[in-house]
Amino acid sequence: MSTLTLLNGPIDRRAFLKFSSLAGGGLLLGFYLRSSGEAFGADAIVNASAELPSGDFAPNAFIRISPQGVVTLISKVPESGQGIKTSLPMVIAEELSVDWKHVIVQQADVTKAYANPWYGAGGSSSTPNHYELFRRTGATARTMLTTAAAQTWNVPESECYAENSAIHHRPSGRTIAYGNLVAKAATLPVPQEKTLVLKDPKTYSLMGKRISGVDNPKLVTGQSLFGIDVKLPGMVYAVYEKCPVFGGKVVRANLDRIKSLPGVRDAFIIEGTSDVNGLMPGVAIVATSTWAAMSARKQLQVTWDEGKSAGDSWAGFAAKATELSNQPGAKKLRTDGDVASALSGAAHVVEAAYTYPFISHTNLEPQNCTAWYKDGGFEIWAPTQNPGAGEGLITKVLNIPGNKINIHVVRCGGGFGRRLGGDFMVEAAAIAQKVDAPVKLTWTREDDLRHDLYRPGGFHFLKGGVDKNGKVVAWRNHFVTFGNTTERPGNGAALGADEFPGRWVPNFQSEVTVLETATPMGFWRAPGSCVLAWVMHSFIDELAHAAGRDPLDFRLDLLGDRDLVPGSGERPQDYNVGRMRAVLKLAAEKAGWGKKLPRGQGQGIAFHFSHRGYIAQVADVTVAKDGALKVDKVVCVCDVGAQIVNLSGAENQVEGSIVDGLGTAMYQDLNIERGRIVQSNFNEYPMIRMPDTPTVIETHFVKTDYPTTGLGEPALPPLAPAVCNAIFAATGKRVREFPISKTNLSWS
Amino acid sequence: MSKYTLQVNGQSRTVDVATDTPLLWVLRDHLDLVGTKFGCGIGQCGACTVHLDGVPTRACLTPVSTATGMKITTIEGLSTDGSHPLQKAWCELDVAQCGYCQAGQIMTAAALLKRNPHPTESDVNDAMAGNLCRCATYYRIRQGIQRAVALTAGTEAST
Repeated sequence: MSTLTLLNGPIDRRAFLKFSSLAGGGLLLGFYLRSSGEAFGADAIVNASAELPSGDFAPNAFIRISPQGVVTLISKVPESGQGIKTSLPMVIAEELSVDWKHVIVQQADVTKAYANPWYGAGGSSSTPNHYELFRRTGATARTMLTTAAAQTWNVPESECYAENSAIHHRPSGRTIAYGNLVAKAATLPVPQEKTLVLKDPKTYSLMGKRISGVDNPKLVTGQSLFGIDVKLPGMVYAVYEKCPVFGGKVVRANLDRIKSLPGVRDAFIIEGTSDVNGLMPGVAIVATSTWAAMSARKQLQVTWDEGKSAGDSWAGFAAKATELSNQPGAKKLRTDGDVASALSGAAHVVEAAYTYPFISHTNLEPQNCTAWYKDGGFEIWAPTQNPGAGEGLITKVLNIPGNKINIHVVRCGGGFGRRLGGDFMVEAAAIAQKVDAPVKLTWTREDDLRHDLYRPGGFHFLKGGVDKNGKVVAWRNHFVTFGNTTERPGNGAALGADEFPGRWVPNFQSEVTVLETATPMGFWRAPGSCVLAWVMHSFIDELAHAAGRDPLDFRLDLLGDRDLVPGSGERPQDYNVGRMRAVLKLAAEKAGWGKKLPRGQGQGIAFHFSHRGYIAQVADVTVAKDGALKVDKVVCVCDVGAQIVNLSGAENQVEGSIVDGLGTAMYQDLNIERGRIVQSNFNEYPMIRMPDTPTVIETHFVKTDYPTTGLGEPALPPLAPAVCNAIFAATGKRVREFPISKTNLSWS
Repeated sequence: MSKYTLQVNGQSRTVDVATDTPLLWVLRDHLDLVGTKFGCGIGQCGACTVHLDGVPTRACLTPVSTATGMKITTIEGLSTDGSHPLQKAWCELDVAQCGYCQAGQIMTAAALLKRNPHPTESDVNDAMAGNLCRCATYYRIRQGIQRAVALTAGTEAST
């Protein structure tokens, strides 16, 4: 970085972006962000750390334009199938008015330059975190290129406009391609953020279109892209055997025997930590190939100290939950009105228990990571949604400071929240620390299924009341969930005080009791919502039918006339009822809600707000007399704000959420016995396949004047209740336990 | 360890590996053909699907010795330049999400279209049922296969 643009005096914190020329000739546009994530004034792409208050600034670079006109846009969010590596660069490209054909997208390494907003993918946060920022990033570059052209021609900027990777002079028809403006643009000051003119969305030529993913050509020809594809000179291959009981430790292993096997370079015990969310103890085998390591592992004999959780079982937890069902919860989550008297005065009272099991994320690419220990630090290639988690664990457990951990983020073969954890990264690092070569650790499918950060199971004991006018007047829920201590639910195991229909029912009481388990828990696509929407909207449906009311009308009544219901409690979140009513009504309309269907066919409806998205779905199902379920059609209406970035990616996320939601509801089920996961591989853990995929999926996006938000998760939660409510309509059978396959749906 | 000479994507390749090494790991670790993916190791997910003499086969369950003497085609050899109608359709319709399973999906679909150039939806469901897609892109895979049928028909019509 020797050819830096001069700083315009002191750093202007209100300004935003800066071009600087690159050593190779070209432009590099970056900006600085405060650690809070707030964008503010910036100047050149310098190693600003030395000049700026320590920890307060970090340089960020997102746009590079070469004199040849090649535009490189940086993707700084891990790609795990959510399409973000294509969609976020599209935001920049749109405002930059660059021809998408000229764009190359590069994945950023994990450096301070890309630390804010969060270098990670989770919570459907990538789009809302970056959308406005990236619009301004693109617009700043376009503005500077426009200025450069105007100066070149000596004409007013107002006579110039950007289009197709070039600046055009309207009166004369002259054109200069971006590449030819690079040198001049690099010398210009950064325009003030307030002077930026963003494009009118009506003029967008890229956003809102269907754009094929930037990695597709490589994907369909089998080129190296994923973590598991990483290969380095001299690399060795590792497997890692952990105690099948969570929290167990290694007592001894037949290491000498293992080391004598063909291709084995080394075998050793890793002590690990006692924290099930830390470095799990185990035995590493390092070999000259993956197969040599896997083969040797078949001969591995380990004596385990299984620890205190060896008595855990799902059956035991379920029995305990049932025992608790008639008792008050350990903690009150929400208490409104007087539930007991409202129930006693209700015209219709329904009581039901809902249960769902622990399930796995089952990324099709098993967890893996390549780590190289050298010069007292690590270089790491990780398919991760959250590089910081791995870095943090490595620092904590192996005592290597973050500035000595260099992480390359590679494409993830599925995320769904699994790769928010850093466990596989710290394992690879711990192994690599003992090996004088780069090491690729590959988990087997069995490792992956038996050592996940599981979507927690749970039990809801519900009682609800409807008055003679068909209004819900009482709602009580004792939620029995899981935590690694009884003090706190595990990740993804909590029920919020505001969970719908909390705030809508005048007499409302929700309570929680946490069962202790050593089972690691993690965020699973639409955490909480992925099961809570099913519980709540199934039970709402039960109340509607008990009152003899149409499930759509009943829901519209329940939502009521207010436009906005403010949040309450610790993490309040407003609920825009108007947006929900709109998607609900449109879904019903598009699906032909209320049509007469023969027995064995039914429609079900549900809605859910999560991850800033308002989603409603209607499912049409056919249940054969033998109980075979076929989802014929799903209509989904989404309100995720003002703009769909990549229509293809957005539709793909919705379709995938629907089929994933269906498969999870139909099949996924883990059992726990003797403190360990019983299932080992896909033969024992069925997943949805093509034949069960709905025949028709119809996706509609309602554009509203709200910020543009993400779609990786919010379309999943309403699917299961929509389908289960449709099953009820078709058969009269209410599914109260996941997976659906446990309920006999046959009818006569 | 034994030496095996394999015919992979039209090339003769010799490897020195343990006799029970699955073709999957020979391809990935020894021949640097990483498009064929490891998903389960027990033939349940289909991510490792390759063609042996044109027949879609699970490379994770195929010992290297079995594959010797057979014509092995992997995703890297399905076409020389990504121009197989399925590859084109997959890009055009943006089928993939994470993309990890898609090489296996395409290899299974390619074998289907070879023996049944105009499959019904039911034919497609049956043929593809052995291939898992964790992102659940099945809806688009169906469309991708029908798009490839149309692209093939278009090519035939224009030649």
